[in-house]
Amino acid sequence: MAHAIEALSSLQRQTGEWLRGTGPHAAIVMSSRIRLARNLAGHRFPHWATKRGRAQVRAAVEQAAGRAPYLAQALLLHLEELPGVDRLFLVERHLISREHADGDAAERAVIIGDREIIAVMVNEEDHVRLQVLQSGLNLREGWAIASELDRQLEADLAYAFSPAWGYLTCCPTNVGTGLRASAMLHLPCLVMTKQINRVLHAITKLGLTARGLYGEGTEATGNFFQISNQVSLGRAEPELVDALERIAGQVVQQEEAAREAIVTQNREALEDRIWRAYGTLKSAHIITSAETTDLLSLVRLGVDLGIVPLDRATINTLFITTQPAHLQRWAGRSLASRERDVRRAQLLRESLAASAGRQGGTTP
Amino acid sequence: MTCDLCGEREATVHLTEIIQDESRELHLCEPCAREKGVKMDAPFGLADLMTGLTDLGATLEQSGIAPPTACPQCGLRFEDFKRSGRLGCGTCYETFQRGLALLLRQVHGASRHIGKAPAATSPQAKREAELEGLKARLKQAVKSEAFEEAATLRDRIGQLEPPPKPKGTRRGTRHRSAQ
Ligand SMILES: [Zn+2]
Ligand SMILES: [Zn+2]
Repeated sequence: MAHAIEALSSLQRQTGEWLRGTGPHAAIVMSSRIRLARNLAGHRFPHWATKRGRAQVRAAVEQAAGRAPYLAQALLLHLEELPGVDRLFLVERHLISREHADGDAAERAVIIGDREIIAVMVNEEDHVRLQVLQSGLNLREGWAIASELDRQLEADLAYAFSPAWGYLTCCPTNVGTGLRASAMLHLPCLVMTKQINRVLHAITKLGLTARGLYGEGTEATGNFFQISNQVSLGRAEPELVDALERIAGQVVQQEEAAREAIVTQNREALEDRIWRAYGTLKSAHIITSAETTDLLSLVRLGVDLGIVPLDRATINTLFITTQPAHLQRWAGRSLASRERDVRRAQLLRESLAASAGRQGGTTP
Repeated sequence: MTCDLCGEREATVHLTEIIQDESRELHLCEPCAREKGVKMDAPFGLADLMTGLTDLGATLEQSGIAPPTACPQCGLRFEDFKRSGRLGCGTCYETFQRGLALLLRQVHGASRHIGKAPAATSPQAKREAELEGLKARLKQAVKSEAFEEAATLRDRIGQLEPPPKPKGTRRGTRHRSAQ
């Protein structure tokens, strides 16, 4: 237990690879994720299994992970040993799903690889959910990593598989490849120019799904959208991954065009909004999560356009560290909503001042 | 803003979900979001699936197909699946295969896996699976007059299909010779 809490503190001190703001199209594509769903043959799926059955599955997966070279330095966490706030902390870092954190914690686990690129959830909806999360538009590389990790694990695990239906999953929406590839895109200018709905519609015509992310308050989505493949059966993995990468690339181009149009036609007004957002984040003493998300979105745009001299990783990280569980771990105690708003403002002021100092940047 | 579902609690989950060309905004409170199975990490086809499940019962009844009542491996009943959208074990796929095949076609537009298989699966089984998948897609492509795609698929099938063996060990061959 002490060990687990120490491990979480080490996570808190580091920046996950996906937040570094590097990789292809990192200005617009925050992160790329590949997720594979797998189950063990001869075992009931977690929701239908006994506690003992789930324990057997967890032990088997842990053993296989112990032999997988990709997970040599990995961190193993048993969710029932973690307090709620720490489980939420893992959700905020995109290492586990909310369902994994909220459900009956018994016999659930997560295995976290180096730099948080790999995370393997054990006994979520399926026995094994492995994800590869990286910065920028990096789906093909992500697939290569996921596929290799899958190969390493299957050396020790007999997966439930049928030649006809592929990898058998708890929910038939995931059957076949068990693959969900997704890209998280930051599209503030498509939103400002009111083109976003047209773009999202076009995406769905191509067999993909799009949705807003980071919704916490009214309309506060931070302009983040996740697009992912809707079907998992009847298409080979490279085909699914390529299609998503290609279409995400097209959305990137549209956002770039929208940015250019706004900068050309309305630079003053845009700079005004961005600097006001930055000013508020730098000086507020009480700030909600919703307002933070909205303002950080504008400042992130300012960084991408070379208007605000900060590094992108700082802004990316603040989207995560200003969330409730991160604030509470930072404070070392649980905080009421109002206290969080005060802490959040403090964190923003300190981080932005430190980052501006590093960049030698000052407000003109 | 209050939750679209219960109209009581404050909405904290805001989604724009676009399924089958229809966009709708959903504002849900946490408990309702969880109940609806709304996740950041999919299953995105869930709405499709649930619609499919509602229709499925009727379709099966009309066609006179009564799904087996329970999975011999895990005991899950088809009723349980219709309620939750979740299966109980890998064997459920075989047990309920007729109903599932319909459903999978609705959700994925396909009912055959193409792609990766565990290394332990024999190369023969892999090739057969891929072949069957390709043939299904070829049929579909011809039907929808996508002739260019059909030609590509035909080429790939040609590459995969071994020259017919005199003994006819492959299932397909046996079927043909039986006719
Ligand atoms: Zn509600
Ligand atoms: Zn079963």
